[in-house]
Amino acid sequence: MSVMTYIGAIGAAQQEAMSADPRVIIIGEDVEANVYGTTGGGKQRAEQGDFVQQFGKNRIRNTPISEEAIVGTAIGAAMTGLRPIVDLSYSSFLYMAMDQFVNQAAKNRYMFGGQSSIPVVFRSAMFYGLNTGAHHSDRPYPMFMNVPGLKIMAPASAYDAKGLLRSAIDSDDPVLTFEAVPLWGAKEEVPDEEYRIPFGVARTRREGCDVTVVGVSGSLPLALQAAEDMAARGVSCEVIDPRTLVPLDTGTIVRSVLKTGRLVIAEPAHRTCGAAAEIAAVVADKAQHALVAPIKRVCALNMQVPFSPALEAQIYPTRERIVAAIEAVCADQLNAENRRVG
Amino acid sequence: MKISEKLARETLLEMQRRMLRIRLFDERASKMVKRGYIPGTVHTSIGQEAQVVGACMALKSGDHMTGNHRSHGHPIGMGSPLGPLMAELVGKATGVCKGKGGSLHLADYAVGSLGESGITGSSIPIAVGAGLSAQVLGEDRVALTFFGDGTANQGVLYESMNLASAYKLPVIFLCENNFYALSTPSHTVTGGRIVDRAAGFGMPGVRVDDGQDVMAVYDAVAEAVDRARRGEGPSLVEVMTYRFREHSEGLRINVDYRNSEEKQFWTARDPIVLFREALIAAGIATAAEMDAIEAEIAQEVEDCASFALESPDPEPSVAFEHLFTDAYDLEDVL
Repeated sequence: MSVMTYIGAIGAAQQEAMSADPRVIIIGEDVEANVYGTTGGGKQRAEQGDFVQQFGKNRIRNTPISEEAIVGTAIGAAMTGLRPIVDLSYSSFLYMAMDQFVNQAAKNRYMFGGQSSIPVVFRSAMFYGLNTGAHHSDRPYPMFMNVPGLKIMAPASAYDAKGLLRSAIDSDDPVLTFEAVPLWGAKEEVPDEEYRIPFGVARTRREGCDVTVVGVSGSLPLALQAAEDMAARGVSCEVIDPRTLVPLDTGTIVRSVLKTGRLVIAEPAHRTCGAAAEIAAVVADKAQHALVAPIKRVCALNMQVPFSPALEAQIYPTRERIVAAIEAVCADQLNAENRRVG
Repeated sequence: MKISEKLARETLLEMQRRMLRIRLFDERASKMVKRGYIPGTVHTSIGQEAQVVGACMALKSGDHMTGNHRSHGHPIGMGSPLGPLMAELVGKATGVCKGKGGSLHLADYAVGSLGESGITGSSIPIAVGAGLSAQVLGEDRVALTFFGDGTANQGVLYESMNLASAYKLPVIFLCENNFYALSTPSHTVTGGRIVDRAAGFGMPGVRVDDGQDVMAVYDAVAEAVDRARRGEGPSLVEVMTYRFREHSEGLRINVDYRNSEEKQFWTARDPIVLFREALIAAGIATAAEMDAIEAEIAQEVEDCASFALESPDPEPSVAFEHLFTDAYDLEDVL
């Protein structure tokens, strides 16, 4: 095992995939100079050089600032023999290529009766909480969950980021990654050998019996912290990271709620029609009889992201907001606990 | 019309066959829309056959093509068999896309047809991607994308032309200029000439003023294809042509946006009649031989219509296939 950062794990997965398969290429703005830190070669850089030196400019390609053409070209290349990884850097830039995502990537295989497969990965990072203002701070994965035909991963740790990205590159379908920039520096032990994590399998990060807390992407570490806080107060939280949003492992979440009877969902996207809304609806459908409290969502407020450091943080889920939601659904239990302690 | 000496007789006759296939297929499709056999509408390539076939015949096996909403001619031009195409228009199980694409979304990967597109301009970068894969993998193939004069004002075209030029990709951008973006005369919404825009991207731009002359279209596209195969990058070919029918079948536009003088001028330049006469005049084929070819294609179209109408409907479960390549849980998806 080695300790790796979240962003280092992404770079390592890309390097493994590039080495394993000559059909894998990386295209995007500024990938040659490793501006975003995932084409640099990691620890071996001193001996092996960066990705351009390792794999050549035929396979590591800077693009013009033309998201629609970049995305469409990658789709066409994937339909004709390559397995491109497209680095779109900021998730907000995906909007520039909306037609290509929705009408080409998502629909071609279906519309053409299965004639095409589209093995392409579109990587983007959610730069929220970093005072980059409204244009650069979006967490737009729910919009794409609403488009059938796109697979979506949103890892919350280095181990998951690496293993999921390898599966994404192996997939014959288009995959969008939404990486959490606030977690880029977060470290985790990662196996030294190559490994893959299947899509559609949630990871239970903490077992518990009183309340299920689902944490998506950057909200997962906050959910773990909130669980720690609640444990000190006698509330046992089961914390689940869905890891991929399409496909979504509803089974693991539903089974957990059948056990706990309570559900809190935290995610950095806007509340309306978000991943939390979808998870809440599935649980209401499949586990309503087990629920002993209303389902609570802790999401970004339905408003724009302000620039000032004095304003921005309160927009997103925080450890405190997640604690408050858990308190709300566990009120009975907390009262009982207080009586016991008192 | 000057018949190319470089082309074998069989190739020349195949050009006429493919133009006839497009004409008769689309005439039949138009009738089938009117009679309710084809749901929705179709956009015919009637009048534009030389522009389509001249371009497609300049490609070879292994090359790729993407198209647009005027969508039947392109796969037919690439050599796609008619039966599965007509069955797709009708929505049958035997359709080339299993009844899931329809007229606007035909694709036949067996002949390099990567897909037509209901969104104009959307399939342009797909062809650029086919050019990129050829370059990265070192494969000897090119990609051609068809788009109209209306789509020439979509931003994605220029992003695509720039990217293809910067990477020197083997791509041919083929503008089928039939003068109208649906009802809007394109010169009223277009600055300058489309062909001149090639220069801005450092690529050759060629305009074929008589797009009813299949030889002229072929020669211009063949030169662009040769250039692409030599690794010299993309080209823009603008072909001036005319659609003989309305934008789409069944569409009624009360304003007479195309004057009768113009219509008469172009309909008198029927590409199939012109090529037939040129082939006979050059001694390539006799009138009787051309008649026989026309009868042969007429029969082919009759057969494709019968095939489509007699084919079974798709099973309802087919609607739930091909979302992803691997297994997925329908319970979760639906």
